[in-house]
Amino acid sequence: MNLRRLLAMALKEALQIWRDPRSLAVALLMPLMQMAILGYGVSLDIKHVPLCVYDQENSQTSRAVVDRFISSGWFSVSHVITRYSGIRRAMDRGACIATIVIPVNFSRTLSATGSAPIQAIFDATDVNTTNIALGYAQGVVAQANADIVAQWDAAHGVQSSADSGVQLDPTVWFNETLDSRYFIIPGVVAVILALVGAQLTSLTISREWERGTMEQLISTPISALEVMLGKLIPYFLIGLVDATFCLSVAIFWFDVPFRGEIATLFVTTALFNLVVLGIGYLISVRIRSQLGASQIALLVTMLPTTLLSGYTFPIDQMPAPIRALTYIVYPRYYVTILRGIFLKGSGLSDLWGPMIGLSLYAAGIIWLAARAFQKRL
Amino acid sequence: MSASGGPAVLAEALTKKFGDFTAVDHLDLRIERGQVIGFLGPNGAGKSTTIRMLCGLLLPTSGRASVAGFDVGREPEAVREHIGYMSQKFSLYGDLTVRENLRFFGGIYRVRREDFAERMRFAISMAGLEGRQNALVHTLAGGWKQRLALGCAILHRPPVLFLDEPTSGVEPEARRQFWDLIHDLAAEHVTILVSTHYMDEAEYCNQVALIDRGTLIAMGTPSELRGHRLSGQLYELRCSPLGGALKALRGVTGVVEAAIFGDRLHVVLAENAPAGADIRRLLSEHGIQADLPRRIMPSLEDVFVQLVSRGAEHRVTA
Ligand SMILES: Nc1ncnc2c1ncn2[C@@H]1O[C@H](COP(=O)(O)OP(=O)(O)OP(=O)(O)O)[C@@H](O)[C@H]1O
Ligand SMILES: [Mg+2]
Repeated sequence: MNLRRLLAMALKEALQIWRDPRSLAVALLMPLMQMAILGYGVSLDIKHVPLCVYDQENSQTSRAVVDRFISSGWFSVSHVITRYSGIRRAMDRGACIATIVIPVNFSRTLSATGSAPIQAIFDATDVNTTNIALGYAQGVVAQANADIVAQWDAAHGVQSSADSGVQLDPTVWFNETLDSRYFIIPGVVAVILALVGAQLTSLTISREWERGTMEQLISTPISALEVMLGKLIPYFLIGLVDATFCLSVAIFWFDVPFRGEIATLFVTTALFNLVVLGIGYLISVRIRSQLGASQIALLVTMLPTTLLSGYTFPIDQMPAPIRALTYIVYPRYYVTILRGIFLKGSGLSDLWGPMIGLSLYAAGIIWLAARAFQKRL
Repeated sequence: MSASGGPAVLAEALTKKFGDFTAVDHLDLRIERGQVIGFLGPNGAGKSTTIRMLCGLLLPTSGRASVAGFDVGREPEAVREHIGYMSQKFSLYGDLTVRENLRFFGGIYRVRREDFAERMRFAISMAGLEGRQNALVHTLAGGWKQRLALGCAILHRPPVLFLDEPTSGVEPEARRQFWDLIHDLAAEHVTILVSTHYMDEAEYCNQVALIDRGTLIAMGTPSELRGHRLSGQLYELRCSPLGGALKALRGVTGVVEAAIFGDRLHVVLAENAPAGADIRRLLSEHGIQADLPRRIMPSLEDVFVQLVSRGAEHRVTA
């Protein structure tokens, strides 16, 4: 291994990316577009979610709760029903996305115990909208609680426990394991990084074959390892830039809470980058046409990242054989890691499980990639 | 280890098969240091395949070869350190500039930094690209591209150089310049193996190897080949139509070989061939107008035509 050759290779590759509009677009524009399309797909602000109301009590207190929903501006009442079966009918017709059910003894329970449940039922056929509606409902109820609890405390002269007030008891229909958008956006980042990284590197060797420059290259004393590492350096840097970009958008634009540490994020992202670059490179070595290589790369990154990473379809809801399959699919580890860092503030020590998975994966792929390229025609 | 004696290139029974097809068939070759050797042969003869095996780009199916003292199969990296190679298809990076290409190959060949500026200047002036260092290579015309490719291939001063049809598709003037460069390099004891389609270029070589259907059918200096190879005397015959004349003459006793050369025939006649006037009469019986045959000095092309067709007959009868 020779540093001089490595750098010569890296510089050459960087210049070629810089002069190739297609590569530049994939490197710089694709993350932007994907982040917008996929990110907004899950977090578009929705107003006036059609709401079905089943107020069994119809008291002043219960009407006040319904009013809070309406005055929030997020919901508008599309139906008022008087029978439980009406919910099903309204939802089947698509007339409402959410239903609130206020029980008969709502105000009595509340004034007696300081805490009373209301039921909220969601049609989760469209997961994204439902996520948002659920978030809104929780917001409305939390606001109501603050007021009610304050009144009740004042009246009784005590300090209430945390579960006082109106208890929103959400039931999700048609998709019982709804993930919140905070859960989905880290997955989006993983999808984009995998897609872009593998797309770019899938072209790197096949381009040399297609343009006929490979014959000259392999007549020189550069080693297969130097070819691989030299070529991957610029893509690795691009991957880190893209990751920084996507993660910043997730945090600052989509307001995904970030509770972990940047260093943890950096280390794990670098590792994930290695995996996807290695996969793209491996494909590029095997398939000597750029078009073929980029299509295969699309397939092997798109399918596992979207279907099996738990990004949209929750892993614990999958049938056992498919769940087993997710373990051999690399994005699973990164999505788990990202969620841990973002939502739970996990550090490297908490993430050793998926970290080992990802590291083994990276080592395996890089090993395969290093061996795949033969300096022969 | 690079033995300082020994031939620059040595091939023994070198063979390459692609499936059932034998592209190079038990080829033996010995090239001394400092020679310019021309590889001639028709399309598909196996020139490129041989060169690729010698550069370590293709593994021989059987046989062995060494270049600059290193075994091509066992020490391919050592071979690559000691050769320069220009592939048949232009293969520098078209989307990089002249300077960027040179810098890349200089880095790959680990040209010592203190030498690099001077080598780069030399390569640029050799290619005649002063002032165009920052031009993208795909914008250059054929002759410049080829000279730049040569410049990249010799940045590390390899003792052995393989040039696969470096002048194909290049204008005559640029071809001549290219051959001047080859001779300059040969003067510095670089061994150069050049394949070409152009017969006139064979005359510039110290040695010429004629390859046909994967076998080496003749090797020698141009004058050796011209002098000894024809089995008979060469005559030029102006006549019309040429195709009819060719058919009429083939099979006549004493006519060793007849072939079309431009607007006339070249005919090789043995001792027992009919006299010139008889040939003319024979042709006119077939309704062909002809001058008297004129004896000429054979060119390399005449030799090759005869050798190749003789080889073909061998194969048919064998
Ligand atoms: N990779 C390959 N697979 C199958 N056949 C091949 C391969 N490479 C070359 N050949 C065949 O081997 C024969 C020799 O090819 P080669 O390129 O060595 O000829 P050449 O003398 O260089 O011809 P040209 O003057 O056209 O360049 C040809 O018939 C060619 O079709
Ligand atoms: Mg050839």
